[in-house]
Amino acid sequence: MRIYLDETKEGLLIAFAAIRANKMRSVLTTLGIVIGIVSVTLMGTAIEGLSRAFNKSIAAVGADVLYVQKWPWGGGHDWWEIRNRPDLTIRHAKALERNAEIVRSISPITGTARNVTYQSKVIENVIVVGTDADFLETSNVNVWLGRFMTALEAEGGRPVCVLGSEVAEGLFPVENPIGKTVKVGNYPYRVLGVLEKQGNFLGMQSLDNRVYVPINRFFKEFQSFRRGIEIWVKSSSLEQVEETKEEIRGIMRKARRLEPKEKDDFAINQQEILVQTFNQIGGVIAAVGLFITGLSLFVGGIGIMNIMFVSVTERTKEIGIRKAIGAPKRSILLQFLLESAVICLIGGIIGLIIAFPLSLIIDQVLPTAMPLSVVGIALVISVLVGVVSGFLPAYRASRLDPVDALRYE
Amino acid sequence: MSVVIRFRDITKMYQMGMEEVHALRGVTLEISRNEYVAIMGPSGSGKSTMMNIIGCLDTPTSGLYELNGVNVSEMNDNQLARIRNKEIGFVFQTFNLLARSDVLHNVELPLIYGGYNSAERKKHAMEAIEKVGLTDRSHHKPNELSGGQRQRVAIARALVTGPSILLADEPTGNLDSKTGAEIMDLFDLLHEQGNTIILVTHEEDIAAHAHRRVRIRDGHIESDELVTERRIVSHTPMTTA
Ligand SMILES: Nc1ncnc2c1ncn2[C@@H]1O[C@H](COP(=O)(O)OP(=O)(O)OP(=O)(O)O)[C@@H](O)[C@H]1O
Ligand SMILES: [Mg+2]
Repeated sequence: MRIYLDETKEGLLIAFAAIRANKMRSVLTTLGIVIGIVSVTLMGTAIEGLSRAFNKSIAAVGADVLYVQKWPWGGGHDWWEIRNRPDLTIRHAKALERNAEIVRSISPITGTARNVTYQSKVIENVIVVGTDADFLETSNVNVWLGRFMTALEAEGGRPVCVLGSEVAEGLFPVENPIGKTVKVGNYPYRVLGVLEKQGNFLGMQSLDNRVYVPINRFFKEFQSFRRGIEIWVKSSSLEQVEETKEEIRGIMRKARRLEPKEKDDFAINQQEILVQTFNQIGGVIAAVGLFITGLSLFVGGIGIMNIMFVSVTERTKEIGIRKAIGAPKRSILLQFLLESAVICLIGGIIGLIIAFPLSLIIDQVLPTAMPLSVVGIALVISVLVGVVSGFLPAYRASRLDPVDALRYE
Repeated sequence: MSVVIRFRDITKMYQMGMEEVHALRGVTLEISRNEYVAIMGPSGSGKSTMMNIIGCLDTPTSGLYELNGVNVSEMNDNQLARIRNKEIGFVFQTFNLLARSDVLHNVELPLIYGGYNSAERKKHAMEAIEKVGLTDRSHHKPNELSGGQRQRVAIARALVTGPSILLADEPTGNLDSKTGAEIMDLFDLLHEQGNTIILVTHEEDIAAHAHRRVRIRDGHIESDELVTERRIVSHTPMTTA
């Protein structure tokens, strides 16, 4: 054991001496590794930032909400099978409301696009959402101005509406919208309130360009009650989401009269699935990014290999001397592997030092921090590149014939 | 007297393209403990080749080589490295020191590969350096030393593991005659202390230090004679092959 330690120490001493003797060359050689490590770290940091941003977005929507829908989220499903499923209707929402216990609130949701007008102002293609009074609770949104619809208004299908912040700003830039009557499609609705700004959900669609109306009114004016809707279910607590899921699954199966061996003909979606989907996409982004950065490390590695071959050739005589006094092959191999690993490690450290301020710039766009794991990975990678690209030259050095090596000038 | 080196019909052939170069054409030779042997012969006669084989730097093409009764002609590279480390001390014409390392580290080097701990290394290395009279130079780099001093460092390095034989291939070839004579005095001393020494030289007065002269020509042993007139020696003559 000790002999390996001593040989490693000797190897490190030689490595540092060799690097010191060829400062300029060593610095230039590490440049490839430096660039590779900078890009690996920045890529890792950016991916970390992206996933943090995503997690923040879904946290706002709520991880304790289950979405009972016809279509499952994520890919890999049989399109025709799902296409032929019966629609979810208000009947199922009622069944869930009657029977579900581990729930805080249940809201039927349906929607369509209409123009919304107030006097001469028109906002086109606003999403009209038909729902009930529990929607506020279910969807975690707050009222900014006025109030949401009451249970009575919702049940009675009163011609009242609540505006998303964007619609309110568009139609009522100065006036107070409460109590005013707007036209949703061709029908008049009295404005009860305005919701808080929610922003974009990952930039996909604005949650604020919406108008909320009682679902019973919606069925009269925009869509038959027999048409498909979706049902949002908020669990009693985050910890009980899975139990809630089982409960509503049972209720749904009963409502659909499914035999035990029949598969569900509905989907219960949750954020987790979205997270998985994101992780898949994120994985692809990461793979592509890492492939590109890997390429730069590869080029750096070639540079290291090249310089190590030069180093071995230059020091043929030294290798001969070491062999003559009894250095076995593995000591010579170890010596050059260490040298190459040390060069790369130095490159890696320089790379991290350069990458750190750059990651602060990324931080401006995507709030993040250079994760410690990325630092560790970068260092491991740089040593690995050193060992891999140093192997061939080191192996050649270890195989030199002592007499030939000693004769080398 | 115990035999240290036993050569039986050793040959060495180099392939140079289509041409075969016979550097040794069947050498049979025995060298015993505490002998002091000079190998002489014209350039290209095979002296260095023979030294390299004795020193386990090279392996013979055919023949049997026993070192301390152990057949080394069929050993693999790692076994040979171990023999070189433990049993052989090699001194070269061109010193062959590590330029970037100081005297102490150069002398310690064989002990690192021999697996000694650092306290033992330091102790043995300093003893060897003292033997060659360079204690006050132990932290100098080779380029801060004279040629003679460099050769002393090389001798200390060769001695440090306590090898069975000390081999020197033209150890004075790069030195002026005065310095060369000093180095030869050192070899004489080492011999008196019980070391077995084999050296290659072109010069008669260097060879005169040895007690046995082996002349080689064209890969053969031409003559092998004991020289006893120069000095009263402690060893008795032995048979030669
Ligand atoms: N690696 C080699 N490849 C081919 N031929 C070689 C090799 N080494 C030595 N020889 C040949 O073997 C012969 C003996 O060489 P060697 O070096 O042993 O001579 P030497 O007696 O030491 O000569 P010198 O006094 O000049 O040092 C020479 O003819 C030489 O050319
Ligand atoms: Mg020679």
